[in-house]
Amino acid sequence: MAGKIVINEGLCKGCILCVEFCPRGLIKPTKELNAKGYYVVVFESDDGECTACTLCAVICPEVAIEVYRE
Amino acid sequence: MKKVFSRTKALKPVPFHYCPGCGHSILHRLVAEVIEEMDLIDRAIGVPPAGCAVLAYNYFDVDMGEAPHGRGAAVATGIKRVLPDRLVFTYQGDGDIAAIGTAETIHAANRGEKITAIFVNNAVYGMTGGQMAPTSILGQVTTTTPRGRDSSREGFPINFTEVLARIKGTAYAARTSLHDPAHVLKTKRILRKAFEAQMGGLGFSVVEVLSPCPTNWKMSPPRAFEWVKEEMVKHYPLGVFKEIEGGSLAD
Amino acid sequence: MSEELELMRGTYAIGEAAIRAGCRYYFGYPITPQNELPEYMSRRLPEVGGTFLQSESELAAINMVLGASMAGARVMTSSSSPGISLMQEGLSFMAGQELSAVVVNMMRGGPGLGNIAPSQSDYFQATRGGGHGDYRQIVLAPSSVQEAVDLTYRAFDLADKYRMVVLILGDGMVAQMMEPVRFPPMRPLEDLPSKNWTLTGAKGRPSRILRSLILDVNDMEEHNWKLVRKYQQVERECPLWEEFMLEDAEMVVVAFGTAARIAKGAVKRARKEGVKVGLFRPITLWPFPFQALRGLYQRGVDTFVVFELNAGQMIEDVKIALGNGPQLLSYARPGGVVPNPQELARVFSRLVLSRRTS
Repeated sequence: MAGKIVINEGLCKGCILCVEFCPRGLIKPTKELNAKGYYVVVFESDDGECTACTLCAVICPEVAIEVYRE
Repeated sequence: MKKVFSRTKALKPVPFHYCPGCGHSILHRLVAEVIEEMDLIDRAIGVPPAGCAVLAYNYFDVDMGEAPHGRGAAVATGIKRVLPDRLVFTYQGDGDIAAIGTAETIHAANRGEKITAIFVNNAVYGMTGGQMAPTSILGQVTTTTPRGRDSSREGFPINFTEVLARIKGTAYAARTSLHDPAHVLKTKRILRKAFEAQMGGLGFSVVEVLSPCPTNWKMSPPRAFEWVKEEMVKHYPLGVFKEIEGGSLAD
Repeated sequence: MSEELELMRGTYAIGEAAIRAGCRYYFGYPITPQNELPEYMSRRLPEVGGTFLQSESELAAINMVLGASMAGARVMTSSSSPGISLMQEGLSFMAGQELSAVVVNMMRGGPGLGNIAPSQSDYFQATRGGGHGDYRQIVLAPSSVQEAVDLTYRAFDLADKYRMVVLILGDGMVAQMMEPVRFPPMRPLEDLPSKNWTLTGAKGRPSRILRSLILDVNDMEEHNWKLVRKYQQVERECPLWEEFMLEDAEMVVVAFGTAARIAKGAVKRARKEGVKVGLFRPITLWPFPFQALRGLYQRGVDTFVVFELNAGQMIEDVKIALGNGPQLLSYARPGGVVPNPQELARVFSRLVLSRRTS
């Protein structure tokens, strides 16, 4: 049962809570800056590791993450 | 692929101004989600405080009316008495509800006003730069307790929700936290219970939410969430302190 | 005014007048000398499907009024001097959010706890605003129970028309004396003015915000000028005053409310002794009737005495109206002292005689 997330980088404030709480460690901080000057995070999973558990979206303060499930 | 998580309609499509990792952002979403799920978007009236969340009216897509600092419970009383079938909630910080607004809140509870007070406890005055709050814990350094809060000078952190739970007009009183996803989801359930207590006409309801304030605590967001879990929960035990099942307050 | 005369106490009459005007919400707190108004409302409002609530403080009361007004209700509170001081923050917020309401202040001796005797020492607080920021409130000063009824009834229409707080400024005399009054008929609630700015739940419309926080200074300035333009409209449209025996007056007494009532008696007595005195009685203390008063000076009157139950406050507005032309005298009695008409007539006679000789 594969899932994926879409991160709205424009809303991300680099709080990296999603990085901390993703059970599978599929979200990584980066040194990329968004328009507001925050380091954005990136979702790195291409082989179905993401179970769409939504914990990242639940903890994201900025409602920046949308979650999709098969 | 089916979308299983998206932004609630009850939130305006506007980015939050709050700091990275701020609990207000999460809590705004939860309150808005519950309002949408209870189909109350067109019957909800919110009363934002003076504090970081005074700008809540930029985010909640429901009618919002500003109250002077601390007076939310009285303003909400006036609104609810005129519109008894609407969902009326205050959204207040710890200073707003448990310092300057103590009397208004206790008496609204004592009258059993059918309103819900959302009480965001982040142990500082955020908007004004991190001064001591009535809920600052002992030893906590703030901009007005540079040597750490000392009970001999600044008294004790106040467990205000337990006080409100003892008031007869209170139908529902609970404290929850945002320090991890599980507790965020629990907060949402508790908010729903409080709103149901209101709409069921059972009496006053209050939900205290332990909320991280990375900027004023001078911590990274993950560290601040950790501090809520490790330190704040010790002084502010989580749980439901009062819950009237159906029936009226009298029995 | 179709109904028959009733003998009624000021506080009761004001309560009934508010209800006749469509007021269905009252939030207040006990304080002498106006306790009978909340007491009356606690009996009467439920009879008409209204809501009475005794709050935990005047500070809470004005914020309940603020909330009820945001929800679109015709709403009222009443108090006396110290209680009105506690309401100043709320009144400033209501001005900023342009909320309508009627507030009654039965003034008492001050400052501080003072006493409960009739006084007019809250004139500045009422007309200049005791809260923060540039704002005004309409201030109506009745000098009889009938006038208190008429002004209270009108106050709700003024409040809704201009989205302002209207203050009824009386004192223990106006509050406690009983006089025959006639009430206007009950206003049907359905013909109260509709309001498209209230918070009622965003059903079938976009959500609304009522706030006074405006962070951008340019927006805040523009908001201030918008309020000023409104106040200027009120200043053009609303001044009210009474002229009594002014046609041939050598000296004009300027007085309002209870003081004016006593001054009328003194004017009649002085006239019997050939002392030509007249009375100019402002009814709206804000907007103050500057032009009308200045008109008297232009008609040749050159001596004015301001009689007020305080240490001298309205005299400043009279000075603004008259400038440096005429002789401006003051007879001020603070602390709750209420001179009787005979005593006042002697004061007026002495002032006029001394003017003739100098």
